[in-house]
This record gives sequence, C-alpha cells and structure tokens, in this order.
Amino acid sequence: MKLKVTSLALGALMAAAPAMADLVMPSLSYRTGPYAAGGIPFADGYADYFTLLNERDGGIGGVPVRLLECETGYNTEKGVECYESTKGEGALVYQPLSTGITYQLIPKTTADDIPLHTLGYGRTSAKNGDVFSHTFNYPANYWDGASGAINYLLEVNDNDLSGKKIALVYHNSAYGKEPIRTLETLAEKHGFELSLLPVDHPGQEQKSQWLQIRRDRPDNVIMWGWGVMNQVAIQEAANIRFPMEDFIGIWWSGGDHDVLPAGEAADGYKALTFHAVGDDFPVFDDIQTHVVDKGLAAGAGDQVGNVLYNRGLYAAMLAAEAVKEAQEIHGVADITPSMMRDGMEALEMTEERMAALGLPNFGPAFTASCENHGGDGYVGVTQWDAKNQTWSLVSDFAPTDGDVIGALVDEDSGAYAAENNIPSNCN
Amino acid sequence: MPDQLLFAMEVTLNGLMAGVLYALVALGFVLIFKASGIFNYAQGVMALFAAMTLVGIMKGQVPFSHLINAIFGTDIHYFGWHVPSLIAILLTCVVMVGLAWCVQYFIMRHLVNQEPIILFMATIGLAYFLEGFSDLMWGSEIKKLDVGLPQGINETIDRVTFDWFGYGFFIDNLDIVATVIAALLVVALVVFSQYTREGRAMRAVADDHQAALSVGVSLNFIWVMVWSVAGFVALVAGIMWGTKSGVQFSLSLIALKALPVLMLGGFTSIPGAIVGGLIIGVGEKLFEFALGPALGGATENWFAYVLALVFLVFRPQGLFGEKIIERV
Repeated sequence: MKLKVTSLALGALMAAAPAMADLVMPSLSYRTGPYAAGGIPFADGYADYFTLLNERDGGIGGVPVRLLECETGYNTEKGVECYESTKGEGALVYQPLSTGITYQLIPKTTADDIPLHTLGYGRTSAKNGDVFSHTFNYPANYWDGASGAINYLLEVNDNDLSGKKIALVYHNSAYGKEPIRTLETLAEKHGFELSLLPVDHPGQEQKSQWLQIRRDRPDNVIMWGWGVMNQVAIQEAANIRFPMEDFIGIWWSGGDHDVLPAGEAADGYKALTFHAVGDDFPVFDDIQTHVVDKGLAAGAGDQVGNVLYNRGLYAAMLAAEAVKEAQEIHGVADITPSMMRDGMEALEMTEERMAALGLPNFGPAFTASCENHGGDGYVGVTQWDAKNQTWSLVSDFAPTDGDVIGALVDEDSGAYAAENNIPSNCN
Repeated sequence: MPDQLLFAMEVTLNGLMAGVLYALVALGFVLIFKASGIFNYAQGVMALFAAMTLVGIMKGQVPFSHLINAIFGTDIHYFGWHVPSLIAILLTCVVMVGLAWCVQYFIMRHLVNQEPIILFMATIGLAYFLEGFSDLMWGSEIKKLDVGLPQGINETIDRVTFDWFGYGFFIDNLDIVATVIAALLVVALVVFSQYTREGRAMRAVADDHQAALSVGVSLNFIWVMVWSVAGFVALVAGIMWGTKSGVQFSLSLIALKALPVLMLGGFTSIPGAIVGGLIIGVGEKLFEFALGPALGGATENWFAYVLALVFLVFRPQGLFGEKIIERV
C-alpha cells in the first residue's frame, strides 16, 4: 500500500512538472558513400554552430538546441525515411542538402506544417512563398547562380558577351539541368553562344566532354557538378590546358575537396558563392573555445573553416536567427514548427545583425517575406589559390538578373500551383 | 584532311585509352569468375579499399584513428612519416593478400558447393562491409594520390600530329601509362596461368574443382591466390582511377564501367576483357562524338550497355567466353 501511494505521488509530481523543452533541429546528413566528402563538412558546420549556441548561450532564448542527425547517404529514399522517423520529435526545420530529397519533402512538409530550408539548392521556384508556403531557399537559388555567373563574366568582359562562346558542363540530372533555361534566356539577352555538355552520373569519365571543349574552344566554361564529377572536371580542364581563370563552378562545385586532388593545376579555378570563405571571423574564435577545445566538435573536428563547413554553419545561423524571430513574434521560447515558419518568413538579415553574431559580411543582407522565400539572390565569386590552399572572394555579393529570374520563378511556380490546386499563401 | 575526320581519329585514340582503363577493372572480375565461378560484386570496392590503403600507408595515416580517438579521447591521426610509393605499393599488396585470406577463411570456404546466386549474394555483402570498413579505417575525405605517374597532354603526340595534320591530338600521359601497365599485366597473367605450377592449378580448379581436388590441388590455397591476384589488379585499377579523380568513395562505382566490358568480352577470358574494353571504349566515344549532340549528349553510359547487348544477341557467352554446354 505504501509503495502504491509513493508511486502515485511520484506520477502526479512528474505530470505536474513542466516538460524539458528543447529546440529540435534535424540534420539529414551524409557522412558515408560517394558524396560524403561534401556531406561531412556541411554537417559538421551545421552541428558545431548549434553546439556553440548551447555551450556559450545556453541555447536560443534559453532553450537548448537538440540536433537530430540522420544518415541519408545522399539517397532520396533514405532521406524520406529520415524525415518520417524524426518529424514526430518536434522537428523545427529540415535541411536535407539534396535536391532529390527536397522534391520529395516539399509536399510532405507542407502537409505536416514543418518548414523546409534548402539553402542554395532544391526547387528554385520555391522562392515564391505564395505557392510554396513551407519551403525556403534563401539567400540564393540555382537561377541566381546562373545569372551570377553571367553577371561576373559581363563584369570581366566590359559588359559585353556578344559573340562569346560559353559551355555549360553539367551533371546529367534534375540538379544539373536547373540552370539551362536561365542560361538560354540570358544567352538570348546578352548574345552569347551557349553549348550544353551533360556528364552522366557519377562523372568519373569525362573525356568526351573535354575533348569537345578542346575542339570548340569556348571562352568560358560554367560547371554544375557534384561529387566526383567536380574533381575529374577540374583535372580534365587542367589536362587540356583550359585556363582556370575562365572556368567557373556553381557553389556546389567550389569546395576544398573539389580542387585539392588536382594540386597546383587547379590554381585560379573560380566558384560562385553566397557566403564568405575562410575562418577570419570572430565566431570561429568562439567555436574554437566553446566547441573544439572542449572536444565537442562534430565529426573529426578537422573541417572548421573550409567552404562547406562555412555553408553548414551559415545554414545553422540562419535557422537560429529564424528561431529568435519566431520567439519574438509569438512571445514564447519553446516554439513549434508552425511558429518557426513564421520566424523564417519574418527573417531580416542585416549587416549589423551578422556583425553582432561574429559573422560580419559573412553573407549578403536580405529580407524574407511571405511572398519572397528566396531572399534577394546576391551572388559572389571566389577563386582558388593552390599554393596557399585558400579560397578568396574576388567579386563581392552582387545582385542577379531579377527580371529574368522573377519571370521564370513566376512561370514555374504558377504551373506547380495550377497542377496541384494550391491556393495563395499570402492573401 | 577534313576536320571531322581528324577529330574522329582523336576520339578513337582516346576511346582506346579509356577502354584500357575499363579493362583494368574488368580483369579483376574475370580472374575470380574464371577460377571459382563467382561474380565478385565487390571488385569495385576492392579497388577503392586498395587505393585508400595505399594513400593511407604513403601518408603515414593511423588506421581507425577516428575510432581510436573516439574511444580513448586521443587526438592521433598520423604517424608522422611518409612512405615512398614503391614500398607503399608493396605493403598494400600484402594487405590485399591479407584481405584475400580473410575473404576465403571467413566467407568462401563456408560456401563451397553453394549455388552461384548464394556466392554472388555473399559478395554483395562483402562489398557493403568493405565499403564501411574502408571508411572506418581510412576516413571518408577525398585523398590526393600521387605515385609519380605523369598526367596531362602528351607533348610529343601533340607536336607530331600537329606537324602531320595541322591539328595536335590530345592524349593523356596517364592513359598511355595505363595502357603500358595493362599490357604488362595481361602478359604477366597469361604467363602465370600458362607456365607456372600455381597457374596451372588455378586453371584446373576453374575447369573442374572436384577433379582438381582429387589430384591434390588445395582449393583454399588457389582461392586465396586468385583473390590476391584480383586484389592486385584492383590496386592497379585503383591507382589509375584514383590518380585521375582523387581517392574517394566513387571509385567503387567504376565497377559499372566493367559490366558491359564483361558482357562483351566474356566472363572467363583475360584477352576478352582487354578486347571488350577497347571495343566499349572506342564504341561509346565515337557514338558520343557522332550522335551525342543530336541526342542531347551523355550517351556513353547507356550506349556501352546497348553495344554489349547487341553482341550478346549473337554470342551469349561473349566474344571470348567459353560456350556453356549442359547435357541432359
């Protein structure tokens, strides 16, 4: 009897006590398989930033962040499984780092009222928040990338690309084909000749494509690659002595691991970016003190400061700032996924805000809204210095061709809305 | 000479070179299939494991360092020495012999007389295990492999063809080296299987393992030997492909390039692997050159299989494969 009373009293006490709240951030990572070299640094940066907030600030708004890492192997089916197995934990926002997984999660997250952030990847027309209510792709998308590359080439060619030949070497997949329409439109607008050179997965053999480039002698090559395709393309470009200064990759073709295998031959190679490179920012001192030195760094702790680590860190920072917005809007610290979506729509990243976070000028300033889930689409260019093994920003974050991209976004998102009977989100 | 003809000649030469690289991968499959009737699904992963081991040894990387550090709280990654390429290759060969012994001792000897599909499934399991094991042992990052092989355009060919035709052909130095090594490898394998005691025993096992057993040939020894030789071939393929792209997990996917070569050349013929590789290499490159632009490009992967299937219609056992006769 005594035991029964004690048990009842304990049960009542536990029921009365407030639940231990936390902010659940799933990380659909890939640390294994053919794409692990890109997945690991991103996942490490994403995890380390949240660890920093927990260790230094006690979480966000006093609530600790709980990272839920799930291995996808860059496999769409596994990614969906990860989503299904983690969403019940109170996941606030998904960051799948895969365009294939993104396409599967767009309808699911919308139905489950959980926001999806696809930073610089995924479905480009998700920029239109009026149609894609739960998908965000700020601060830049693929079409911004295509336009950013052309803008940069205009900048270095006295604003005249007429008569120039530009080749696009792309991964023969939905991801790789993303920039084609934009580049075709821009080719008409600026009068350059565009040639398309698809490379089949995984991209280990590209001799045909680079022999054709050697024959056609384009003025510039733009690359839309991922995984081994990047390393092979850079090596093949070096083999045929294509000038690296005239070779620009999308941001997913501009990691440290993409250029290192080619050694000195990769010197001068360029890549687009929507965030800064290197570790010369105050936040990295905090990461060293509160994360690395305490032995809390994710993975092997050896990725700090490389390009994709910075991108993961940037994604985590944007998520954390959206949490703060949501907490402020709703007046509660322990937010729900629905509140998180509101926070993401209200996100305003100013230069002052980034400086206060220890990340001055780390990314372009932008403002999200109900209609604009993609930010302002500012894109910069980085260049690889093989001798010092460093990337440096050679062109500041600059605006992309909003007229061209806006029309394409409206057309594509409009078709999606009509096909799926999606009502306006922003009325 | 018309430009298109010159370009076609250049593409053909490069196709031949690419074919040699495909054949290098296919050779490993042939060796094991010939000796034991097993289609070794793990051959591509063996190339990955061999290349990762080679780089790890060269750089003085501590194997399983992530695991050791996680368990003991240490921070060790490198021994602090660099091993010369040749010694590292020899040490890697020793590791591959060890792997062959493990495969035989822990897997294959328990599956003697099982159906081919069971053995095939076992190699699928081996492939996944070995991939994870490589990751655990050497890490997932892309590693630069430099054993001193030359890369880039061959100046002599460029200059000579320019003098002859007014257009310099591009041939990669690495492809030329791969061709020479593949030729030496085939000669060595043929000499080994025709003129050595172990080679003859291997052929005896391949013909009829029960008859070979009855005359005193040790099946266990032969299979360890065959897996070791296949491991060595995997190392050569891993070095060639790893030099091109860095050593990374995509290396295991090079097996996909070997399948049409095997279908075409036959699963049991070493010369078949070479000839099959050359036909696939030239065929896919010329098709891409001639019709790729009209078909939207990226035809090489699927065309290789179409080409192999066309050959299969006329010769199901492949060009050089042994005709299978089953008596009722």
